[in-house]
Amino acid sequence: MANNKTERVLMKGNEALAEAAIRCGCQCYFGYPITPQSEIAAYMSKHMPKEGRVFLQAESEIAAINMVYGAAASGVRAMTSSSSPGVSLKSEGISYLAGSDLPCLIVNVMRGGPGLGGIQPAQSDYYLATKAGGHGDFSMLVFAPSSVQEMADYAVKAFDEADKWRMPAMILTDGLLGQMMEPVTFKDSYSTPIEKPWACVGHDNKREHNIINSLYLKPQELEDSNIARYKRYELIKEQLPEAETFMTEDADIIVTGYGACARISRNAVIAARAEGIKAGLIRPITLWPFPNKVYREAANTAKAFLDVELSMGQMVDDVRLATECTRPVKFYGRTGGIIPTPNDIFEQIKALAKEVL
Amino acid sequence: MILTKPHALTEAKTSFCPGCTHGIVHRLVAEVIDEMGIEGETVGICPVGCSVVSYDYFACDMIEAAHGRAPAVATGVKRSHPDKFVFTYQGDGDLAAIGTCETVHSATRGENITIIFINNTIYGMTGGQMAPTTLPGQVTQTTPYGRDPLVAGYPVRVCEMLSTLMGTAYAERVSVDTPARVRAAKKAIRKGFEIQKNKQGFSIIEVLSTCPTNWGMTPDQALERVRTEMIPYYPLGVYKDITTQEKGDA
Repeated sequence: MANNKTERVLMKGNEALAEAAIRCGCQCYFGYPITPQSEIAAYMSKHMPKEGRVFLQAESEIAAINMVYGAAASGVRAMTSSSSPGVSLKSEGISYLAGSDLPCLIVNVMRGGPGLGGIQPAQSDYYLATKAGGHGDFSMLVFAPSSVQEMADYAVKAFDEADKWRMPAMILTDGLLGQMMEPVTFKDSYSTPIEKPWACVGHDNKREHNIINSLYLKPQELEDSNIARYKRYELIKEQLPEAETFMTEDADIIVTGYGACARISRNAVIAARAEGIKAGLIRPITLWPFPNKVYREAANTAKAFLDVELSMGQMVDDVRLATECTRPVKFYGRTGGIIPTPNDIFEQIKALAKEVL
Repeated sequence: MILTKPHALTEAKTSFCPGCTHGIVHRLVAEVIDEMGIEGETVGICPVGCSVVSYDYFACDMIEAAHGRAPAVATGVKRSHPDKFVFTYQGDGDLAAIGTCETVHSATRGENITIIFINNTIYGMTGGQMAPTTLPGQVTQTTPYGRDPLVAGYPVRVCEMLSTLMGTAYAERVSVDTPARVRAAKKAIRKGFEIQKNKQGFSIIEVLSTCPTNWGMTPDQALERVRTEMIPYYPLGVYKDITTQEKGDA
């Protein structure tokens, strides 16, 4: 692969993501083995050397994210991938990346937690990704694909937006999407990395030295840097939120979920419609920035929301905030690697319909 | 002879305490960069510790790293740009405690970088706590009765440890307590950069340094302590040099 031809192939989500990263110019992959993201590292170890690029298995998750930090600081597209417990370990590095305004891609193929948890799919790192990626005031871009095609497409988008806004981006996905196979189409050309005049790659005696840094010992300088970063975040919140809607125009019950949950919920919505319940679906694609507007508008006509997650309830907070608590938001979640069936969700829709319709 | 500031140092005034030998080592690194004519193709990495603000002192491109992570950051830079010079400048707590994993693995990979390792047997920046290299019996803020190896363990001898690894190309321990040793230290640093230039692998130069402030000594007393207490525990010398070995020790 990576021959830059238009191709339609059957691939695992993890592999499609890796292939797309190579095609859009990712120069370096650093990672540490953990289930269920291993296909990404395996694919990269096979294909990156063929392209004359860097694959390096790091000694730890911490080393891997700091290698990404170094590569990003020197101006190249770099990525790492891991799964939940590994991403906890990367938190320090993610904070430094954000504090130093460095673009990169971090993939979290989520598994159940807390602690060692399990190795089956979960969505219990929503808080980690959108609220608490590490210490300090910062956010990172968070994309939630829900098909193998999107695993590829949003890897590219994540790199592009990370470069544009000079901040880390995360693909937040799960073991289900990572390991399932679907057809995926690769284009013959993708975006290429932009010029990075701020990068530390040697000044060649032609400019002042560049400094990549997140340390500000003077309080006012640190606050100024935080304010400048948050001004950038405001622009991102205006420009980047993305969501898919399905049959929401006349819906009484809006089901919402991201990633794997959105796929299952879609079938539940179709089943509900067949039974005469006007259901619809909002699928957030950007989790940070959260697509508040779509929810707020839906709340004008919908009577209730049903938030479905593979967690004990995390994104549901943002749904309640987005709808400004104007409509009841019911939560349905499974954990431990248990994945609800469309019928499980359909039953939840029916129960909610009885309450509010 | 007119003494001038090396070009590879900026005009900034350093924040180092009087009598601290960081300034000497900064100057030596900068002189080597000047003499090799590589300032424009060098990236320095300084992690947390007294060297954390060295990005203001070195005139080459500089990256600040998290505590202990400089060798990993250096790996990211060097793998992306194999023809650039990459050095880290790390203290003992950074390199031999919180960053031991990164240190050992960058060495064993034979990462083609140069590490300048400042061993002053104490955490200077945070006010004088026990370091991994604090000597037995040494009083620090967190060993007020002296370091008891039965409680706090034994000091780490970094050059000795790293010299056992195949990927280490060069490991030398130097001191800057006399003019002759300052000259020898510069030679060692130059050797490290030359090894990097020849793509021969990982080089580390450990510099025994002073911390008069946290040792509670005058600059003179501190230099004397290097000679009477530190060098006996941390002998100076070349621990590994693949350029003088007939063959590897595989």
